Amino acid sequence: MYRYDEFDERFVRERVEQFRDEVARRLDGSLTEDEFRPLRLKNGLYLQLHAYMLRIAIPYGTLSSRQLRQLALIADRYDRGYGHFTTRQNIQFNWPKLRDAPDILGLLADVEMHCIQTSGNCIRNVTADHFAGVAADEIDDPRPVCELIRQWSSAHPEFSYLPRKFKIAVTGALHDRAVVKAHDIGLRMVRDRETSAKGFEVIVGGGLGRTPFVGKVIRDFLPEDELLAYLEAIMRVYNLEGRRDNKYKARVKILVHEIGVEAFREKVEAEYARLDVASINPDPAEVERIAAYFAPPAYEKLPAQSTALDAAMKLNPAFAEWVEINGFEHKAPGYVAVTVSLKGIGEVPGDMTSDQMRHFADLTDRFSLGELRVSHNQNLILPDVKKKDLFPLWQELGKFGLATANVGLITDIIACPGLDYCSLATARSIPIAQAIATRFADPVRQRDIGPLNLNISGCINACGHHHVGHIGILGLEKRGQESYQITLGGDSSEDAAIGDVIGPGLTGDAVPGAIERLVAIYLQERREGEPFIATVKRIGQAPFKAAFQHYVEGLRDHAA
Amino acid sequence: MSAAKRPPLPVILLANDLLDGEVVFRSDKGWSRDPGEALIAFDDEAAVALEQAGQRAYANNEVVEVALVDVSLTGDGKPVPNHFRERFKVNGPTVRLDLGKQAVYGRR
Repeated sequence: MYRYDEFDERFVRERVEQFRDEVARRLDGSLTEDEFRPLRLKNGLYLQLHAYMLRIAIPYGTLSSRQLRQLALIADRYDRGYGHFTTRQNIQFNWPKLRDAPDILGLLADVEMHCIQTSGNCIRNVTADHFAGVAADEIDDPRPVCELIRQWSSAHPEFSYLPRKFKIAVTGALHDRAVVKAHDIGLRMVRDRETSAKGFEVIVGGGLGRTPFVGKVIRDFLPEDELLAYLEAIMRVYNLEGRRDNKYKARVKILVHEIGVEAFREKVEAEYARLDVASINPDPAEVERIAAYFAPPAYEKLPAQSTALDAAMKLNPAFAEWVEINGFEHKAPGYVAVTVSLKGIGEVPGDMTSDQMRHFADLTDRFSLGELRVSHNQNLILPDVKKKDLFPLWQELGKFGLATANVGLITDIIACPGLDYCSLATARSIPIAQAIATRFADPVRQRDIGPLNLNISGCINACGHHHVGHIGILGLEKRGQESYQITLGGDSSEDAAIGDVIGPGLTGDAVPGAIERLVAIYLQERREGEPFIATVKRIGQAPFKAAFQHYVEGLRDHAA
Repeated sequence: MSAAKRPPLPVILLANDLLDGEVVFRSDKGWSRDPGEALIAFDDEAAVALEQAGQRAYANNEVVEVALVDVSLTGDGKPVPNHFRERFKVNGPTVRLDLGKQAVYGRR
């Protein structure tokens, strides 16, 4: 993975000292809250319902075991012994004190981490496919490009006061696991049809939140070495023309929607033609320097099949199930990427205790070359596990409650912190996730239902990606009560789609029963081997809506 | 805050402590971390006094996010916010009963 050079190191250290000074000036009254708020937000420090919250950047979701140990130390020393992995591949601590924040940033800097680009109207921490570099369906590792974007965008003077926040996601694979079509800019690595040169399909104007849009392609093929200059052209058009009069209409998706994708493309291309491209695009030597940090490790030459694994799977059905559900095809023979679920039944999605972090860091060293990944689905990935090591890994994970076999299934729920923590939330998310997971806990039943993305947000800002869940749940306030609106047919893959609302809002305790009805229609209507979302697309929303309506009427009759 | 914008009576005043972010309540001894010690304003005059105390404390950099919150009283006369958002705020996360006020002062 990338290692800081002297410039990165100095930049991050200076930011820590600047923030220490800003906090001191806030505490001695030299800065008012209105003056201080944007400064603390630039360092990832929010004020939430119960306390401050610190959001730490994990660029493109890549972490080392050493960094995870440091996060465990911070959790114990300055927080309440746990952290929360987010849908932007970051981690949040829910209880830090303002007085401690500079020291926490110092501890982060010790392991090449920071909280820059986790808040504010800047280009945010860039996200990527969590299987980057190891996926069998990948053209190339997107992380060198992500790192380049990180360096280009960090404290970029022209793009530090954008109309609104700006999120970029990159995938190098055929299958989109980074939800690139729901980002301000999505980059999908492709090869030129004629020359087979590497480049990017450039997608702009996607996003969730109160006005969800699937992004639109503005360039089918952008040569790889032109990327930064082209991004700069997009940012300039947005910076100049994005609305600043209304924060709800300030994202680039609104601009693209209002002027149309053709007009937006023309503006970008005109700007691009004007730019001094050579002064923006990096020196090839610098590109190579960065890429070298992401060179594949020296994989052992292993047989594609492991007899040890096959034998263990035969002897232990629970283990076999975990391998089949949580394993992911690796490009190197004899290796596998493993998703470790942070969605134990009844647990808080994405939460991890400091004990689990330390244990997991040790397992990362022992089984996966010291590197791990965070997924936007709020799980962790061990990218480089030998197949023959899977059984001892599974046994070790089980000791700390980390061997749940549910990745991609109905209990692998994405959920934002919701009103249990977040001051923006309008309703709780976590208890709904817990109730649904508990309802569908039976592993046989989960497997029978098969792949199903269920996403929950506690407000319209959609941190829980509810719009692109196959089933989405949005928590709102209705007449002084929490109320949950259910959407169907969303899709976060390369076939991205925004789900449709299927009926009136429900109280929280009625939600698991509603999910049961939707699943029942699927089980009744599915064809052999057809996953949930495919059935929804084939038969349409009507049967699901009818079952939902029937359920709602039953609730009313029951109440009356 | 004009009277029209004030929540209905009775009200308490809550805020977050500037230094550590913890939820605090205006009490007769200044700011208290114990929701049970919150001063309850039953009339406009008392509500205005609370509001002004909040404004002063904000200006003095003691607290942030100052807000009057309408409450109902439990059998023992303790205030409980009427809105679920503030109820969570004075208790703590409903999914972690070991954290927040509820862990120290009990749930209300």
